[in-house]
Amino acid sequence: MRRPPVAVWWWLALAGAVLLPWHMQQDGLGAGSLFALFQDDPEAASAAAQAVRHGRFWFWPVLAALALGALPALLPRLGRERRGALLIAVGLAGLAAIAAQGFAVGIRGWTAPWLEALFGELDDRQFGIGIGGAVAAVGFLFQASDGLALRGAFKGDRFAAGAVALLAGAILVFTAWPMAVILTQAFGTTPEAGPLAAFADRVADRKVWGLACLTSSRSCGVAWNTLTLGFSTATAATALGLAFALIATRTDFRARRAMRMLTVLPIITPPFVIGLGLILIFGRSGVVNQLVEGLTGAQLGRWIYGAPGVWLAQVFSFTPTAFLVLIGVVEGISPAMEEASHTLRASPMRTFRAVSLPLMRPGLANAWLVVFVESLADFGNPIVLGGSFGVLSTEIFFAVVGAQTDFGRAAMLALVLLTFALAAFFLQRAVLGRRSYVSLSGKGDSGLPTPLPRPVAVLAFLVAVPWAILTVVVYGMALAGAFVRVWGRDWTPTLDHFVRAFAITTGPDGGIILSGLAWNSLGTTVTLAAIAAPITAALGMLAAWVLSRQRFAGRFALEFALMLTFAVPGTVIGVAYILTYNVPPLEITGTGIILVACFVFRNMPVGVRSGMAAMSQLDRSLDEASATLGASTFRTLRRVVMPLLKPAILTALVYSFVRAMTTVSAVIFLVSARHEMATVFIINRVINGDYGVSIAYSAALIMLMVAAIGLIQLLVGRRRLGRRQAGGPGAIPVGGRA
Amino acid sequence: MTASRTGAEVRLEGVGKRYGRVEAVKPIDLVIQGGTLVTLLGPSGCGKTTLLRMIAGLETPSAGTIRIGGRDVTRLSAGERDVSLVFQSYALFPHMSVVENVAYGLVSSGMGRRAAGERAEAALGSVGLAGLGQRLPSELSGGQQQRVAVARALVLEPAVLLFDEPLSNLDARLRRRMRDDIRELQQRLGVTVVYVTHDQSEALAVSDRIVVMRDAEIAQAGTPAELYEAPADVFVAGFMGEANILPARVTALDGAAARVEIGPLTATLPHRGFAVGDASLAVRPEAVRIGPPGAGLPGTVRRAAYMGAVMEYTFDTPVGAVFAVSHALDRPLRAGDQAGLTLADRGAVLVAS
Repeated sequence: MRRPPVAVWWWLALAGAVLLPWHMQQDGLGAGSLFALFQDDPEAASAAAQAVRHGRFWFWPVLAALALGALPALLPRLGRERRGALLIAVGLAGLAAIAAQGFAVGIRGWTAPWLEALFGELDDRQFGIGIGGAVAAVGFLFQASDGLALRGAFKGDRFAAGAVALLAGAILVFTAWPMAVILTQAFGTTPEAGPLAAFADRVADRKVWGLACLTSSRSCGVAWNTLTLGFSTATAATALGLAFALIATRTDFRARRAMRMLTVLPIITPPFVIGLGLILIFGRSGVVNQLVEGLTGAQLGRWIYGAPGVWLAQVFSFTPTAFLVLIGVVEGISPAMEEASHTLRASPMRTFRAVSLPLMRPGLANAWLVVFVESLADFGNPIVLGGSFGVLSTEIFFAVVGAQTDFGRAAMLALVLLTFALAAFFLQRAVLGRRSYVSLSGKGDSGLPTPLPRPVAVLAFLVAVPWAILTVVVYGMALAGAFVRVWGRDWTPTLDHFVRAFAITTGPDGGIILSGLAWNSLGTTVTLAAIAAPITAALGMLAAWVLSRQRFAGRFALEFALMLTFAVPGTVIGVAYILTYNVPPLEITGTGIILVACFVFRNMPVGVRSGMAAMSQLDRSLDEASATLGASTFRTLRRVVMPLLKPAILTALVYSFVRAMTTVSAVIFLVSARHEMATVFIINRVINGDYGVSIAYSAALIMLMVAAIGLIQLLVGRRRLGRRQAGGPGAIPVGGRA
Repeated sequence: MTASRTGAEVRLEGVGKRYGRVEAVKPIDLVIQGGTLVTLLGPSGCGKTTLLRMIAGLETPSAGTIRIGGRDVTRLSAGERDVSLVFQSYALFPHMSVVENVAYGLVSSGMGRRAAGERAEAALGSVGLAGLGQRLPSELSGGQQQRVAVARALVLEPAVLLFDEPLSNLDARLRRRMRDDIRELQQRLGVTVVYVTHDQSEALAVSDRIVVMRDAEIAQAGTPAELYEAPADVFVAGFMGEANILPARVTALDGAAARVEIGPLTATLPHRGFAVGDASLAVRPEAVRIGPPGAGLPGTVRRAAYMGAVMEYTFDTPVGAVFAVSHALDRPLRAGDQAGLTLADRGAVLVAS
C-alpha cells in the first residue's frame, strides 16, 4: 500500500499561505520574499502574517481551511472514504476562501456596497494575488483532487484526478472567466441607462448594423463589413484552394511539390506581410502605380486602402489554408469510387460532376468555414490596409486604444464577433459530423486516382498558376522592400534597414550594445515564445491524454471548452484579458505572465488535437500493460506514452512557438513598454508608414522561424537516433538512456 | 523462475459491472482455486473479458468484492495487485527492446536496471528466446512476440496470471504449440491462471476448470469433461463443440435412467432430473452410429464430405437434420444413400432447451 497521499499538497498550501508573499510583488521576487512571514510592509507579507500582524481579517478563512486540512494527519484511523471526503472539503473550502478574499477586497477596499454594509467601512486595500496565493491555490486544488481519487473517482488514480483538476482550473481561470467578464461588460450600465437598456443601445448602434452603404455613399456597419468580407474571402480562397488541391493531387504537373510548399507559408508568415507586399505593389508609391503613372500619367489612387485591398490580402493569406484542408479532402476520396464510375461507362466529366464533387462537398464546406472564421478573426490585414473600412476586430481595437476608450463598446463588439465565430464553429462541427462517407473509405482501397477531366484541369491551371506566381511576387516584393532605400522614390540598394533594426555596437567601455531598434522586442518575443511553447505542449498532451484515456463526468464539457477556446478570435481574447486581469484578484496586465497565458490557452487546442489523433493510433492496451506491470500513471506516461507521441509533441512545440512569434490580434492589447512583441512593434511601424525597418524585421522573423522549426526537428530527431544506438549490439542490457 | 509456490486463490463475491444502463457483467460468485488454470469461455460480448479486466484491476466493479489470496483488492489499482496480464494484442512497447520490455515491470517496482536486465534475460531464456533481447518487438515473429508478452508477465512472479485471448493472433499450428507451452509453464510454476478465450478446443486442452459465460452471466462451470459430456443446456452443448439438438420425449423413468424416444428411435439415458414429457437431446456428431437402413432413425444422406481423417455427413431424418462423423473411410456413403442411425453409449444427453 502507498502511504496516505495527503501531506505534500497540504504542506504546499501551508507554504503558500504562511511563507510566501501573498500578493504580486512590484519588483519581482527577490531574496527578501522568502522572509514574507517577517515583513513589516503588509504588501510583501504572507497571508498568515497579514492576518496576524496587520489585522487583515479576510485571510482568516484561508487559514481556517488550512487548519481543517491538518485533521487527516491527526486522525490516522480515518477510513478511506471519509478521508477522501475530508480532503475534498478542505480543498474546496480553501479555494473558496482564496477566491472570496480576492474578489471581496480590491484596490479601493470593499468591492461591493453590500460588503461594506455588512462589515463596515474598510480603511485598507489589497493588490492582485501573487506567488503565495497561487501556490496555496494549487495546494488546495490538489488536496481536493486527491480526495476525489481516494473516494474511487478516476479508478483511484491520483495523477489523473490531479490532471483533470489542473486543466479544469486553468480553463476556468484563463478562458471561462474572461469570457464571462466580456458578457458582464457588454451588459455594463452607463450613467444614462440600466444594464439591459445599455446593452440594447450598444448592440443597436448604427455604426455596427447600419445599412447606409446600400442607399448612400456612407459606409455600412462594421458587422456587415465583417460578414461581407468573410463571405467573399472564404468563397474566393476555397475556389482557389480547390484548384490548387486538384492540381497537386490529380495531375502530373511538374511543380506539384513546390506548390505544396505554399501550405507552410501561412504558418510562418506574420499576418501583415501580405498586406505590406500589396502596398509595395499597389500602394501610392507601389510598383504598379508608378508604372501606370509613368506610362499614361493616370493616377490609380489609393484603392488598395479599403475593402478591396483587405479582401485581396486575405485571399492571399488564406488560400494556402484552404489548400491544406482540401488536399486532405481530395486525397480522401477513394479512387475505387471513381474507377467504379468509369466501369459504369460514365465519362470523366460526368464522373467528376456526379461522383467526385459531391463526395468533396462536406470538405469544401469545411474549408470554407475555416477560412471564414480566419477572416473574421483577422486583425493584421485590416489594420494595415483597412483605411476607413472598419471590421469588428479593428473596431474593437480602436474602442480600446482610440480617442475615447470605451470598454463597454469593445466588449459588445467582441460579443458580436464571438457570436459570429461560434456560429461558424458549430456549423463546422455539424458539417464534419456528417461527412462519414468520405473518411470511411480508408482501408483496403486501391486503384489509381483518376486524372482530371480536361476542361476542369485547364480551368484549374488557369486559376491556380497565375495566383501562385502572384503570391510569389507579393512575397518577393515584401522581401525586396527591405533592400532599397525608399520604396517608390529612391531605389538605391541598401542594408540600412537591417542595420537600423539589428545594429550591434560597442560601447565606450568596450561592452557590446544591441543598439538596433528591434533587439528589445525580438528578445522579449523569443523569450516568451520559448517559455510558452513547452507549457503549451505539456498541457496540450496532458489534456489529450485525459480526454482520450480517462472516463469521468464532465469529460465532454472539458473537451468542448478546450475546442471552443480555439474558435474565439484573438481580438476577443485580448479585450477579455485586459478587462479581466486589469484589476485584482489577478492583476497581471502589463506582465509577461499575461502574454504567456494568452499564448498557452490560444494555442493549446492544436496540441490537444494532434495529441488526441496520435493517442487514438496508440493501442490502449499499452497503457494497461504498463499499469498491470506495476508502473505508476506518471511512469506510464513518461516511459510509454510520451516516447510514442514524439511527433505529436513536436507538432505542438513548433506550432505554439511559431504562433506565439507571429500572432498579433490578441497580444496587441496585452503588450506593455516592458514587454513589447515583435509583431506589435512591426505593425506600429507599418501604421506609421515606416516600411523599410518593418520589412527587414519581418524577413528576419521568417528566417528565425524556419531556423527554429529546423532546430526543434533536429533535437527531437537526435534523441530517437540515440535510442537506436543504445539498443545496438554490445550495449548494456537495459536502458541505455537515462 | 524456479520458484514453484502455489498461486493464490481468486474469489469473486457478487462481482458485477454496469456501464450506465448496460449490464456488462451480472453479479457473479466464483472461486478460482490456487494453482489451477481456469478458462472463461463464451461468445464475444458475453462479459468474459470485462470479468478478467476487473480481476486485473483495469476496470472497477460496480458491485461486489474481489479477493486475491484472501486479501480484498476490489479498490486497488492494477499495479497494486499481485497479478499480471498477457494482452490479446501483446501490448509490447514498440519503442523498447525486448529485454527492456521484460524488465519494465521489475524496474517499475524499484529493482536496479542491471539486476532487472539479468532477470529479464533469464525469463527470456525460460520461454526459449535467449539471445533475442536486443531486438525490437517489431523484429520478432508473432509467436516470438507472444512469448515475450508471457515472459514480461511471468518475470514478476505474480500470484495470478491472466491471459486475454492470448493466441487469437497466431495461425492454427502455432496456436496448438503455444497453448501446450502455456499449460506446461503453468503446471511447472504452480501459478493460478485465468484464461479468456472464445475457442472451445483451446479451453478443453488447457483447463482444469471451464466457466462458460453467456449474456453477462455464468451459464455453467465445471471440468472440461463435465461440460462436454453433461452440458446443462442447449447453449452450453452447442458452445462446447458440435452438437445436434434433437426434439425428444421422456417416456418412463427407472432409477437414474430415463427411456427417451427420438422419433422412431428409443434409448436409455441418465435422466438428469428431467420428468416424463418433452425434452431436448444433445447428440455429439461422433455419438451418431451409422448402420444399414431399417434399424433406428431412418436418414438420407444430404451431404457427404471427405475430411481426410473422417467423413462428415449431414442426414435428413424425421426429427430434422443430423450431423455425424464417421471413421469408416473405406466404404463412404454418398448423397442420397439411406442409413439407419442409432446412438453410441456416450455422447448423448438430455439438456434444458
